Amino acid sequence: MSKPKVFEKPVGVKDYLPLAVTKLRQIERSVLDCMEGWGYEQIITPTLEYYDTVGVASSTSDQRLFKLLNNRGTTLVLRSDMTAPIARVVASLLRGHEFPLRLSYHASVFRAFENEAGRDAEFFQTGVELVGDSSAEADAEVIALAIASLQSAGVKRFRIAVGHVGFLNGLLEELLPGRESDQSKLKDYLLNRDHVGYRDELKRLGLAEAVQRELEGLLRLRGGREVCEQAIELSSNETARQSIAHLRQVWDALEAYGVSAHVLIDLTMIGDFSYYTGMTFEGYASDLGFPVVAGGRYDNLLQQFGRPAPATGFAIKTTRVLELVGEESEPQRRILIGYDSAGRRRALAEARRLRESGATVVTAQLEAPGFHHGDAPATSGERLPATVGGERLDRKAHRLSDGESVRYGGQVYGVFLSFFEGNEKGAGL
Amino acid sequence: MSSGNRAPQELLKVAMPKGRIYKQASRLFREAGLLIQDDLEDTRKLIIEVPDAGMEFIMAKPVDVPTYVEYGVADIGVVGKDVLMEENKDVYELLDLGIAPCRMSVIGLPDWKPVMNPRVATKYPNVASQYFRERGQQVEVIKLNGSIELAPLIGLADRIVDMVETGQTLRDNGLVEMEPMFGVTSRLIANRVSYRMKNERIQSLCDRLQVTLSARV
Repeated sequence: MSKPKVFEKPVGVKDYLPLAVTKLRQIERSVLDCMEGWGYEQIITPTLEYYDTVGVASSTSDQRLFKLLNNRGTTLVLRSDMTAPIARVVASLLRGHEFPLRLSYHASVFRAFENEAGRDAEFFQTGVELVGDSSAEADAEVIALAIASLQSAGVKRFRIAVGHVGFLNGLLEELLPGRESDQSKLKDYLLNRDHVGYRDELKRLGLAEAVQRELEGLLRLRGGREVCEQAIELSSNETARQSIAHLRQVWDALEAYGVSAHVLIDLTMIGDFSYYTGMTFEGYASDLGFPVVAGGRYDNLLQQFGRPAPATGFAIKTTRVLELVGEESEPQRRILIGYDSAGRRRALAEARRLRESGATVVTAQLEAPGFHHGDAPATSGERLPATVGGERLDRKAHRLSDGESVRYGGQVYGVFLSFFEGNEKGAGL
Repeated sequence: MSSGNRAPQELLKVAMPKGRIYKQASRLFREAGLLIQDDLEDTRKLIIEVPDAGMEFIMAKPVDVPTYVEYGVADIGVVGKDVLMEENKDVYELLDLGIAPCRMSVIGLPDWKPVMNPRVATKYPNVASQYFRERGQQVEVIKLNGSIELAPLIGLADRIVDMVETGQTLRDNGLVEMEPMFGVTSRLIANRVSYRMKNERIQSLCDRLQVTLSARV
């Protein structure tokens, strides 16, 4: 590859300009507030982890991890998700902490080289982990919280698809006993969303007609609670039946939360088998081609860090939510204070007072370049805030009349205060 | 079977491959009861509303269909398995439409003998590399964009990987089909999100197409 041009950055990483950052922070804050409201406490972990611990334990495949060597030659990774680092913390620093643990996070995660289809190499995730509770209630809680989080972020139309890895495992073991390679082939087709390949493979296996029909019927098992009833008919396998019973309880709890209208049960929806151990779910928003939420139960992860425990959780792809709710946000109330050297002390004191009361204040010595009066599109006919009042100040303040604005450094200000004390001429703008 | 008197709803965006497959796909859709005018392809428009079928056709170059669907700018699409295998996009492959049947094959001159540094020319570099790797053969894959048959004739490659429909082009150029790799037909694919958000409509389209297909056989 040729030497990068000065404006270029590595493939898959992004800059966020002030407008986008404002919106991103809003989303992040409302989602984290929502999670806090459910009793989830925020945690921060390092960007770098050891490959042999967090890297190996994470659900990200090896070739998609960013790896680097430290000065001793040990392989490090940039974290590819927050679940494995949190598992590490839960098993070490929080080892003495009783279960269940409710933790939340907002962090950037890294996935190597996927230069297509809106997949970033670095993106923001906001999520939770509920550790130490294996019940259906816990699974329902994280799904309900995912729904509440999407709503608080301003996502309007969305749907959550819920599946369970146990059902398919049980069903296949029952119908194709001991034929592990055939089972995993079928699962691979479903995992790759290749229904045609799945059906063709079923035909190739030369199964009894009833069995084949049953396994084909799996592709249509989508809907509400009734899907559980249909599914339980399909299998007498213990794992499969337990999984369905679990899903049923999850559904009932979601109904009690009042959110089941957003939820669709889909038994072909199976996450990565090496990672998820029970319920899995994905959230989709209309007008966005990619899922915005993914989560599920991962009961085997914690034991890799020496503290076996059931766990469930989800992550919202915050960067995608940003695309969805757009970047437009309310124009901020900004105040510009101009001063000359004699008026500086009073100007800066006033700026401090205004900032303490929550205003956004920019100060500038008026001789500075980039200052124009009224040559920008008007933002608002805003009056001086009432708190600014007072005789002495008023005399010196340059009040802008309706529709007037000042422009400084490419920004438009609806409120302008001036403190010119040395030279009265300087006040004439 | 008309959907004309249904309440107005969002159109289902369908990425349709221009050319050969389009004719067969639209015929199949019509047989399934969808009201699609038959002169659509004559227009030069790239986006065509088909309101009676509740659809909007996005007329795409076939190899781009999976991309449109993966990004979600089209909800569903019709595309050959050859393209799906080559592009390897994250989409649902819902239905084998059975149209535009042909096969992917390894092709060479009749007197082909194993060579020291095998070279394979193809329009499908990913498919070809994977095929030979799975068979434990290391070959150099050369990507060409058309007239692949030229490559063995003029010594660019000793074999080619390409689609064979009737085999006429091969015979005309003195080439032989050495190994058929897999059969290719067109598939109905769906975007991951659309598949959930517009589940009912996509499922009902699938069902209608499936009924039509089994009646055809």
